[in-house]
Amino acid sequence: MQTAVHSKKTVSKRGFLENVRRELRTNWGLYLLVAIPVAYLVIFKYVPMYGVQIAFRDYTPVRSITGSAWVGLKHFQRFFSNPNSWAIIRNTLSISLYSLLTFPLPIVLALLLNYMPSQRFKKTVQLVSYAPHFISTVVMVGMILQFLDTRSGLVNMLITALGGESVSFMSQPGYFYHIYVWSGIWQSIGYNSIIYIAALAGVSPELHEAAIVDGANILKRMWHIDLPCLLPTVSILLIMQCGSILSVGYEKIYLMQNNLNSSVSEIISTYVYKQGIAASTPQYSYATAIGLFVSIINVILLIIVNKVTGKLSGSSLW
Amino acid sequence: MKKRNHAIRYTFSDRIFLAFNWIFLSSFLIIILYPLLYVISASFTAGTTVMSLSLIPERFSVAGYQAVFQEADIWTGYLNSLFYMAAGTAISLAVTILCAYPLSRPDFKGGGFIMILCMITMYFSGGMIPTFLVVRDLGLLDSRLAVLLPGAMSVYNMIVMRTYFRTQVPAEVLESSQLDGCGNIRYLFSILLPLSVPILAVIGLFYAVGHWNAYFDAMIYLRERSKYPLSLILREILILNESSLEDMDVGVLMEIEERRNIMKYAVIVVSSLPVMLLYPFVQKYFVKGIMIGAVKG
Repeated sequence: MQTAVHSKKTVSKRGFLENVRRELRTNWGLYLLVAIPVAYLVIFKYVPMYGVQIAFRDYTPVRSITGSAWVGLKHFQRFFSNPNSWAIIRNTLSISLYSLLTFPLPIVLALLLNYMPSQRFKKTVQLVSYAPHFISTVVMVGMILQFLDTRSGLVNMLITALGGESVSFMSQPGYFYHIYVWSGIWQSIGYNSIIYIAALAGVSPELHEAAIVDGANILKRMWHIDLPCLLPTVSILLIMQCGSILSVGYEKIYLMQNNLNSSVSEIISTYVYKQGIAASTPQYSYATAIGLFVSIINVILLIIVNKVTGKLSGSSLW
Repeated sequence: MKKRNHAIRYTFSDRIFLAFNWIFLSSFLIIILYPLLYVISASFTAGTTVMSLSLIPERFSVAGYQAVFQEADIWTGYLNSLFYMAAGTAISLAVTILCAYPLSRPDFKGGGFIMILCMITMYFSGGMIPTFLVVRDLGLLDSRLAVLLPGAMSVYNMIVMRTYFRTQVPAEVLESSQLDGCGNIRYLFSILLPLSVPILAVIGLFYAVGHWNAYFDAMIYLRERSKYPLSLILREILILNESSLEDMDVGVLMEIEERRNIMKYAVIVVSSLPVMLLYPFVQKYFVKGIMIGAVKG
């Protein structure tokens, strides 16, 4: 008995190397193919992760990454001791939370479309509402600037036509967040509703029929049937959004910035870009430290929110 | 769905709801559609002084489009963007396929490890500066490859494609082709890819639109204007109000300024044309792609 077990072990040990060899011989093609994406990941994702250590060093281009001196948390301390930094963090969080609060809007749209009796009208609304998603960020911000122009802008012409005074929207910091968030909703509400419409199409018709027999009206069916069915989708999307709370749409915000609104429009990502790349003397280490801070907060938030929603609704990312 | 709605008789409260629904969705349609149509109408208007809220231009003019045609920068940018879109989509699709196919094979040892390697990059990254330094150290600064390579593969798209390979192509196809002596690489090109045209179209379109609309990487990595994609030229015209020409007298500058104002709406239309023309045809594929992604969860 014991000898049998022993001999089995040695066979499996020898078998392992043999297995590897056989695997390589039969599946060499797969390894050859996957080498290209792996090389891509290593070069453009993992080498930068290795390079993140310059956040703890005084990196200058003349020295290599490992050749520059360790300075510990100097760059982090510098960032947090700067009073402007807190304004930047506050701006980032404000924009992020404001955007997060609008997440029910695509769900509402999906529900309303789901109860639209005319299929043709439903299709038309869908077709039109996806279209703005394909407008590029640059063109979108260009449209915002044109529409909000004090002299010839659509919005101000409407205001003056209604007897009001024209407003210089882009130069008043108070309007910045509203412009950013609501233009984003205009652009993506239709596209974001697709996933909910698909989920609603998967709701079993028997549930609705039973509810109708029991005398439930549309609103009650939405609340008791449709929303519970949407919950897993909603939680996954919310987790994802919470995991990027400190890296909001900087590409759009950067384009919307001007000297007059910079007190509210400077966010962490645009600040990192300005300090680390656009500046005449780029401060690589300092900017990397700020970027690393953002990544770490994002990962921590993602893990926490994932845990919480996993407990509450049973759906989580992993 | 349609049948159900016809089969039931609506209660009083449901009718109120449906009336509200019609009103709401109609206003929603107008809010989305009006700005889009307004841009097109405004692009045919002669100058910003005769703008109105109406969707029919008061004085019809193609001056804006003439100005667009005269601007050489726009056409260089347009060609560059077409190149970045075509080459970028080809590279992105290739890398994504090469990653998704081996990972979709249950018999591929080491797939789990590579999958984890991919997933980590979804949630954590080195950040803007270390990536920039890598591109710089590779000598790719101010090269067209810098726009194409760093963001070549989206792990999310790769997972969607892998899910499709796994769930939509029957495992028997692989088994029988292996019995016939078909190798792994040949199986990919002559069997799997022809069977997966829908997902290739979806993912290809995601990439194409992304490449056409991107501006940030180009702004970071490119210095030479002749390599600029259209989005960077648009940024100068629409947002920065900058002129590429220096040291000119005030008269000429004002003339350029006026020409740029006239062409702003026209340039928005011209630059959105490729994607917008494609859009009605590919719309159903986008929906499909999102649904496959949602199935994975």
